[in-house]
Order: sequence, then C-alpha cells, then structure tokens
Amino acid sequence: MAHAAHDQHDHHDHEHHGPPKNFIERWVFSTNHKDIGTLYLVFALTMFFIGGSFAMVIRAELFKPGLQLVQPYFFNEMTTLHALVMIFGAIMPAFVGLANWMIPLMVGAPDMALPRMNNLSFWLMPFAFCVLLSTLFMPGGGPAGGWTMYPPLSLQGESIAYTVFAVHLMGISSIMGAINIIATILNMRAPGMDLLKMPVFVWSWLITAFLLIAVMPVLAGAVTMLLTDKYFGTNFFNAAGGGDPVLYQHIFWFFGHPEVYIMILPAFGIVSEIIPTFARKPIFGYKAMVFAIASIAFLSFIVWAHHMFAVGLPMGAEIFFMYATMLIAVPTGVKVFNWVTTMWGGSMTFETPMLFSIAFVILFTIGGFSGLMLALAPADFQYHDTYFVVAHFHYVLVTGAAFAIIAAAYYWLPKWSGNMYNETWGKIHFWSSVISVNVLFFPQHFLGLAGMPRRIPDYNVAFANFNMISSIGGFWFGASQLIFLGVVIHAVFFSKKKSPDRSWEGAKGLEWTVPSPAPFHTFAVPPVINDDELAHGHVDH
Amino acid sequence: MKAVAATALALFGGAVWANPQPDQLNLTKGVTTWSGEPYFLNNVAFGVCVVIGIVVFGAMFISMFKFRKSRGAVAEKWTHNTKLEALWTGVPIIILIVLAKLATTGLVSFADTTGSEMTIKVTGYQWKWRYDYVDYQGKAVEKVGFMSKLDGRSDRTRQLGSGMDPGKVTVDGYNTYLLDVDHPLVLPINTKVRFVITGADVIHSWWVPALGWKMDAIPGVINSAWTNIKEPGVYRGQCAELCGQDHGFMPIVVKAVPKAEFEQWLATQQDEAKLLKASQTAQTAPAPKGQG
Repeated sequence: MAHAAHDQHDHHDHEHHGPPKNFIERWVFSTNHKDIGTLYLVFALTMFFIGGSFAMVIRAELFKPGLQLVQPYFFNEMTTLHALVMIFGAIMPAFVGLANWMIPLMVGAPDMALPRMNNLSFWLMPFAFCVLLSTLFMPGGGPAGGWTMYPPLSLQGESIAYTVFAVHLMGISSIMGAINIIATILNMRAPGMDLLKMPVFVWSWLITAFLLIAVMPVLAGAVTMLLTDKYFGTNFFNAAGGGDPVLYQHIFWFFGHPEVYIMILPAFGIVSEIIPTFARKPIFGYKAMVFAIASIAFLSFIVWAHHMFAVGLPMGAEIFFMYATMLIAVPTGVKVFNWVTTMWGGSMTFETPMLFSIAFVILFTIGGFSGLMLALAPADFQYHDTYFVVAHFHYVLVTGAAFAIIAAAYYWLPKWSGNMYNETWGKIHFWSSVISVNVLFFPQHFLGLAGMPRRIPDYNVAFANFNMISSIGGFWFGASQLIFLGVVIHAVFFSKKKSPDRSWEGAKGLEWTVPSPAPFHTFAVPPVINDDELAHGHVDH
Repeated sequence: MKAVAATALALFGGAVWANPQPDQLNLTKGVTTWSGEPYFLNNVAFGVCVVIGIVVFGAMFISMFKFRKSRGAVAEKWTHNTKLEALWTGVPIIILIVLAKLATTGLVSFADTTGSEMTIKVTGYQWKWRYDYVDYQGKAVEKVGFMSKLDGRSDRTRQLGSGMDPGKVTVDGYNTYLLDVDHPLVLPINTKVRFVITGADVIHSWWVPALGWKMDAIPGVINSAWTNIKEPGVYRGQCAELCGQDHGFMPIVVKAVPKAEFEQWLATQQDEAKLLKASQTAQTAPAPKGQG
C-alpha cells in the first residue's frame, strides 16, 4: 500500500494528533492544508452566492424593457461587483481551495510547503472582500466602471481607493498562494512521483501558479497608477496631462488575458482527472494534455490586445493579435479531442461528477467556438462589447470553470467528509443546472448578434423576448444552486452513507489510498509509489 | 411547418434588416460596401463551428451510448494514436489558415481610409454625441455641427417608475425605444465618408450595426474609420463602451439620403450657421457700450 510506513512507531505521536479542539485555534490559526482548503472552499461558495445575488438583480432589471427596479448607476455597480466577486472571490479561491486540499494528497506530501504563509494568503481574502463590498454601503457607492476599471470612467468613482486596496490584498493573497503551490509541487513530491507521473490537475496548477506570479503584479501596477492618477496628481492615463487611456487597457489585459486562463487551466486539470475515473480508462495523450496546457499558458501572454480590437490599433497589431489568438484553438482543440477519445472505448458510468465533466466538455467547447469567432477581428468589430461576448465568457466561466469546480466538489466530497452525497439530488442539481444555464446564456448570443450592447440596464423592445427567456433561465439557475448547497450540507453533516477509501470504482491516484475522511495529517512519511496506483503511472517516454 | 422554417431562416439570415428586429438570430449584413465582410466572416466561422461541433459532440454521444458500463462495455487500455493526434492538430491549422486569410482581407480593406469624399468628426460625451461636418467633396464645411442625444419620448419613458410603456415609442411602426435621437447624423449615400472619432470625457464607442463596425471614442486619441452607404435609410445604433450611468441611453442614428438631398441639407445648415453667427455678432457687438 502507498502509506506503507503508516504505523511506524517513531512517527506515531506526530501522525495521530488531531485538529485543535478550540474553534478559533483550529480555523483562524490553521496551518493545515486541509483546513485551509476547506476555508477557501467555504469562502468561495459564500462569494458565489453573493455574486450570484448581484446577477439576480441584473437579470431582474433586464426582465423586460423599461427601468423597473434600480437606477442605472446601481445597475452598473451590480455588473461591476458581480464580476469582481465571481472572478476574485468565487472562481479563483475555489481553485486555490481545491489545490490546497488535493495537491499534497496527490503528490504524497504531508502539507503545503509554506503552511504559515498559507494561512495568511487565505485570511487576506475575507478582509479584501469586506473592503470591496463595504463600498456598497457608503455615500459614494460601489465601483461602477466595470470590472476592467477603464479610466477615465473608473476615476470618476469615489470608491476607487477601496477597490484598489481590495485588489492589492487579493493580488498579494494570490501571489503567496501561487508561490506555495509551486514550492509544494517542486519540492514536496514523494520519491517516485516524477513530474510526468503527476496528475494533470497538479500540472495544471503548477502552470497556473506561474501565470499568477507573472501577472498579478501587473494588475497591482495598473490599479496603483489609477490610484495615483486619482489622488496624487499623476497623469498616466490622463490625455490632458500627456497620458494615454489606452495604456491602461494594454497593461490591464496583459494581466487580464492570462487571468482568464488562470480561471480555466485548473478546470482542465479537474476534468482530466474525473473523465478517466468514470470512463475506467487512462487519459488519452497524457503528455499532449500537459503540453497543451503549457502552450495555452504561453500563448496567453501574447494575445492581450484581442480585447481591444475596437480601440483603433494599427492594422499590423490587429493582424498579429488576431493570428496569435486563433492559434490558441489548436492546443485547446487537442484537449477537447483527448477528452472525447478518453471516453471512447471506456466503460462509463454517469455519477454526478462525470455528468458535470461531460457538460463541461460540451459547453466549454461551445464557449470556445464563440471565442474563435470573436478572434476574427473584422467580425469582432460587430461582436465587441455586445451580449455575444457576455454569452461567450459565461459559457467558458460558468459552464467551464464553475461546472468543473462543482464536478470537483462532488468528486472529492466523499474524501473530504468521509460521507457519500445523495446521488439522486446530485443528479437533480445537475439536470436543473445544465438546462437552466443554457436557457440563461444561449439566447444572449442572439441578443448580441442582433445588436444589444453589454452593460446596459434597459433596451429596445426588439430585444425583449430573449432577455425575458434569459432572465427566467437566470432565476432558475440561481435557484438550482441552492440544491447544491443542500446536497453539500447533507453530505458533510447528515449523510449516513460512509465512503470507502477509494470513493469511486475507477479512481486512481494517491488521494484514494488514504482513509475517508482524509485524516488531519496524511503522508507524514512519504508513501511508497506504486505506478499501478497512479492515474498516470505509466506514461510512455 | 414551412412557415416556421421560413421564419427561422429569415430571422437567422437577417440580411434585409438594417435595425434590430424582434427575435433576430444573426448579424445584419448591413448596408455599406464593407459591412458584408463581418457578416460573411461570421457565417463562415459559425458554419465551421457547427461542423466541428457535430463531429465532436457526435463522437461524445456515440461513446456515451456505446461505451456504458451498464451495456457491458469493457474499458480498453490504449492511450495513444499518433495518426489521429497528427490529424486533429493538422486539420484545425488548415481551417485556421483559411479563416485568417478571409479575416485579413477584411481588415486590410477596413484600414484603408484613403480616397474619402467627406469627413465627419464624431465626439463622445457623457451622454450624447457631437457630429461636426469637417469637409465635403474636398471643400471645408463651415460651422455645421450639432449635439445628438436621446429623443424626449424615450427619455421620459426610461425613467425609473415612469409607468410608461416602452412598446409605445415608435416611429413609422418601428419601435425606436432608446434607439432614437433628436438630431440624426445625415450622410449621403454612395460616398466614402471618413470618420474621425474621439471622446471628450470618458471612453465611448460609436457603433451602428448596419455599418458593420464600432470604433472607440477615446479622450486624447483620434481614431479613424470609414463607410460607404449603398442604400438610403435610417440606421440605428448605440454607444458600445461603458461610459457611466447613462451609457445605455446615448443612441446613434444615421440618416442616409441621396447625394442631391444631402447637398441641399448641408447648404441649409451652412446658411443657418451663417445667420446664427451674424445674429450673434449683432447681439454681442453693442455689449461693451452697455457695460460702459
């Protein structure tokens, strides 16, 4: 067995001491990767519901033409905060939480490499979001210039200092988290866990962590320049003072494009673990999968201006960024084809994690298709800043990133809690979500093509029907997530059905060799690696 | 059934419409010499996506049906197939090269603003547009320029809790709620018009779907673009870059008219401008005396 040294006497004391009994001591001062992972996941779920409630306000106002509920400025606060909360508060912390929980378990490490820093990176997050969301209750209101914070508009807001401070805190948190993940993966793998035997999820996070370290400081720089432009008399982005508003967009998207891959690469990793498990067949083209993730990460640095096709770039720049963007379709296509081929010839069952993963592959690919269309600059002159774009990035972020996170939660919940979730309710959650999310986002393609700009609180009557359909889908999708909350609470606290160590028949990897629930300390002694136990133990070299 | 199919086809291939239609499914082909480019590119790219989608999702659904454990499927062990992998790396590259070729042609023709017969300066303000006629047929236009903002009916209707029905804001039977202005931009047809576009306060974006493009209006930056409208008509659009609380309420209306009509209109505007200037001079001249 992998934890062969489990009951060796000299490690006895260390291995079996449990978590601190005191609540504060356990959760606030925690240096345990599992507890910090749990904190991240709970935080992300909370933010998912807060950000979701903002989305409900948006969809309610857009239910029919005319303003019924909120003033336009408040509507802009909602769109801005919905994005900031979902990106920085829900998706990213959820992935970091999964990394915290699973990376040490997957590579046979006793904990993260830097446990105290791990505590700090988590506890910065709640403060960051208290600062950000507190602006809603202040006289100047919350940020309303869009999550991209383009100047000069963002400088008109009175909450910019709060927003910038919150972004700095999130950035520091992300950078520390990324350093921790890199250090853990490179230094703490059990002997025999070669880099090319690591789970794809671990690979995806290794690459994502490098992206984070590369681009979070760029965002910090951009928002700091906003701050000094607003309060300290600089003119980085002020044309009247010799600055350039377009400069901000270049800096922002140099962060922003890698950022969107930061939100999808770990999702690729998750799906690459789940599909082989339920297809009972090793992943097709392991090395191609890893190489594709690395290629996408590299390309993410040279495509930023495809967010700016309408700012009046020189033709040469438009052509370069268009070609570079189109290239991304190749490694992304390889990934999709590999997932499909992994399923081909397998022996599949369709438990909830698998259902969400299959939906991920299909719906993320639809988001990829609209991405390819958006890459074509002359067509983007029409699509840019319309609901077509909104549909595109919700397909990749909701049915992409969020679905992968939900799949991961169902997949590893038995390992975390020791209990099986209720499969029937899991499936109800799946079908309700997958139908409603398409009712919600698919009509938005049509709205964009017909000419509806994004970020508007009210619209012409021609756009009425699809907006109403979209809103109905939105409320339905929002309500569906309450089922998820119920399933998780039930599984953690009330479920009577205990999970075996290997929660899924076809599951491979070190995380399934430890008991369920995973004890407070695991792999205090490095496991002896048996390649047959690993999901990717036999990679052709 | 035939009627449904016909409607669906019409909604998808909305070539005949210049302005948003209820339940419109696709881009408009537009009304200019260039606006067919994004429309064509959009349709080709969409077609490519549909074909790839059918292949990929088809393979997925077949495998979900065939390779189920409940049907007694036994998992195979293979994890590689070099030929297949080369194929699905190579074929997309070829498809991308074709799309890139088409798109590049469109970009090159869009970037060519030479040979224009008139120039319009567009300035974005929070939350209205200003149009200045700079030159026409090689001659400078004197003092023809105006602000263009949301029409009064839309503006009253759009207030929170107005209780007014957006469906009743119509012009000639077409719903113009939030898509109508007090002073439209008047342009001649069959004329290559160059736009110089800038912003006065924050970034806006000037977008009329029937013209086939949008261009950001950025303070301190002057962007250029061009159009050549083929058919007379009224073409509606909106600001496409978030510019503050009334971003959704600064529409754009282009009224394209035959050249002769345009020239007449321009002459009237120039005369009015002259008269206005004369009356202003008359009014302001005695002022110092009065202040004496």
